Amino acid sequence: MNYYITNNTATQAVAIKDIPEVDYAALYDDLKERLKQEQYHVAHYFATPDENRLMFYIVLLDDKEHQIMLARFAMEYYDDIALPSLTALHPAMHPYEREIAELYNVKFGSMPWDKPLRFSENRRNRNSTIDNYPFYTIEGESLHEVNVGPIHAGIIEPGAFRFICDGEKVLHLEIALGYQHRGVETEFTSTDNRLRQTLLAESIAGDSAIAHTSAFAATIERLTDTAVSDSLATERIVALELERMAMHIADTGALSMDVGYQLGQVACEALRTMTINTTQAWCGNRFGKGLIRPCGTNKPLTKEKIDMILANVEQIGRRYAEVSDDIKSSPTLLSRFEHCGIVPRSEMLRIGGVGMAARASGLVRDIRSSHPWGKYATETKHESISQHDGDVMSRLMMRCDEVQQSVARIKSLLEGYTPETSSARPDYECALKSEHLSFGLIEGWRGEICHVALTNSEGKISTYKVKEPSLHNWLALALAVRGEGISDFPICNKSFNLSYCGHDL
Amino acid sequence: MLIVAISITGVINRCRALLAGRKGLPFFQHIYNVRLLLRKGAVYSTTTTALFRIAPAVYLGSAIVAMLFIPVADLYPLISFEGDVICFAYLLALGRFSLILAAMDTGSSFEGMGASREALYGALIEPAIMIGFATLAMFCGYTSLADIFAHEQSFNLHLTIVMLLTAYLFIKIAFVESGRVPVDDPRTHLELTMIHEVMCLDYCGVDMAMIQIAGWLKTASISMLAANAIAATGCFHWWFATPLAILLTGLSVGIVESTQARNKLVRNTTFIVTISALAALIFFIGYLLQLNINI
Repeated sequence: MNYYITNNTATQAVAIKDIPEVDYAALYDDLKERLKQEQYHVAHYFATPDENRLMFYIVLLDDKEHQIMLARFAMEYYDDIALPSLTALHPAMHPYEREIAELYNVKFGSMPWDKPLRFSENRRNRNSTIDNYPFYTIEGESLHEVNVGPIHAGIIEPGAFRFICDGEKVLHLEIALGYQHRGVETEFTSTDNRLRQTLLAESIAGDSAIAHTSAFAATIERLTDTAVSDSLATERIVALELERMAMHIADTGALSMDVGYQLGQVACEALRTMTINTTQAWCGNRFGKGLIRPCGTNKPLTKEKIDMILANVEQIGRRYAEVSDDIKSSPTLLSRFEHCGIVPRSEMLRIGGVGMAARASGLVRDIRSSHPWGKYATETKHESISQHDGDVMSRLMMRCDEVQQSVARIKSLLEGYTPETSSARPDYECALKSEHLSFGLIEGWRGEICHVALTNSEGKISTYKVKEPSLHNWLALALAVRGEGISDFPICNKSFNLSYCGHDL
Repeated sequence: MLIVAISITGVINRCRALLAGRKGLPFFQHIYNVRLLLRKGAVYSTTTTALFRIAPAVYLGSAIVAMLFIPVADLYPLISFEGDVICFAYLLALGRFSLILAAMDTGSSFEGMGASREALYGALIEPAIMIGFATLAMFCGYTSLADIFAHEQSFNLHLTIVMLLTAYLFIKIAFVESGRVPVDDPRTHLELTMIHEVMCLDYCGVDMAMIQIAGWLKTASISMLAANAIAATGCFHWWFATPLAILLTGLSVGIVESTQARNKLVRNTTFIVTISALAALIFFIGYLLQLNINI
């Protein structure tokens, strides 16, 4: 079958007419076979109205050949035929098919988990509301249901968790999300103000502000044919790795807190503060808002800032290594984290897990090494870290190791780096190419982030699609707690630390 | 005794703050909190019955009466009779029982889980308490707490061994009874992992204050038992036993909570049964020593 082949270092968007329009039957047969191989996974699959047709786009990644494959197919808008479901064969496809079904009432035949994904404001069936989410039930004398949320104790986002338990043991967990839905994707198309769109990208998920804005900036730069300067590419990677460090350290602290290990908690909280304060000293915002801008930057690195970042990162890396050694050598902690919340590699592959959580199970999905962009493509090749047990401990170890890797990356990028005297300012005005498809593919701290934009004939964004790694990994959490004690749910949850708003958009 | 009750939480908080390198709460912050709670009214869930409202009073009442049985070294307790050790243990059980009933009464799935955990651990820790008392009773020949400690003031090696071991036992029991790490974590906000805290989720205001005060009294009673046991080996005076009780529990809980993680919930049963096993071992040692067998 025909695909339009590109890769993540491409500097130009793809003209929509260049993407081969195929038949669903051919695509189905092709994906059926391809997705059996580990090297392929789908980065995005969505539908969008195109005059009186519904146009489906698929972004398929080939990790081995470092290729991005694009294809599209169409069906009549009011067609009532059922497309054979890919989810039935490859459960990893479930969020995409559920979204398409929810938005456009497209029927997928033999779809095994036919439930609304996030109750978008533009869903077709207005009668399906989040208050009557069809939870799965099991009947049994000794079983009981425990409902947690959507409002939680603690300062976290809303999401409803329904446990089916046999005593203390969890048999099944179902997670209903959508409470955080804000209509981000439609907001992107409802304004032409590029700055406003940038701010929207920053607020997709607060903990991945830099990653999402980087993906947005890459999408826009491809649409405007802007070449990213060397210094800008460096700065973006440094910012992204700082964000990764901050979140990994914060999660180590949160895991320590959940098992009542105070020393680890306070040490990590202090280090995380130091990391985000470094970002603040650079750009004025602790979460890096305002730092990434399309086609340029308002906060170029200066000599003083580089020295400050290097000094801080060095110190954080050293102190964090001490904390992680303490954690690894504490028997009470190991007994809590090891063999808890296991997601085997085979399951992770089936459900299409991505990012850090997938690598903890031994499934190496890392855009930095499989589809390198910017400095990852030009500097030393990124060696992905992975673990193999897929338990809470593995995910914790992933964090410990990735922080050190980020420290090394920042150091290698900034040592001996001389900032340019004049760097490009952000450009919010330049025109977008019309009738093009553009994408931004970034490895955020949680996993791969994929933004796709389509422009119409007037050069305006007509469709903007965002994919957060949490979209796949929420299911991994549900699998992780099966067979565990319900009291271990919080640490399993914390070990993934998935985004509600990134999923709900 | 009241001083002990009030101070232990303060010492725990201080110790934890110190180990975390923080400034920490004011020493009497927990008192202020309870004072605040006492000034507040209470809101009751519509699914609860009178049982739910009575429970905190029963819980507090049982803790107060239980406390009255405990001597403070050479100060004689207010209530004392032959066999009051049994009464003491079951007063604690009564308090726990009332709180469990109240938690079930709310019909919340969290509280039901907490109640079932509390009931399990309560049942498991009971043998440890009873065997601990049995050791003392056998060794001293009295079945009243006041007499047990009052009549053993002369120094001898056997007594010292048994008393110190018993003190250790009671400190361990204090960990379980007062719901501290590694069994329970009073600081957590995660309902799913809570044991004691989750049972009080529906309480507020005066009721919550009563439950907290009762918790302090329980902890104080048990740590005073441990302190008495140590004091009996040498310096049997109230001015020695009182600070000892505060520091023993305060420091050990503070240090353990700072440096250790909580048990996995399924391991708690092992932990508690081990305490009971320890109690049995101490009983056996006490028995051998009493027979004057030269080990």
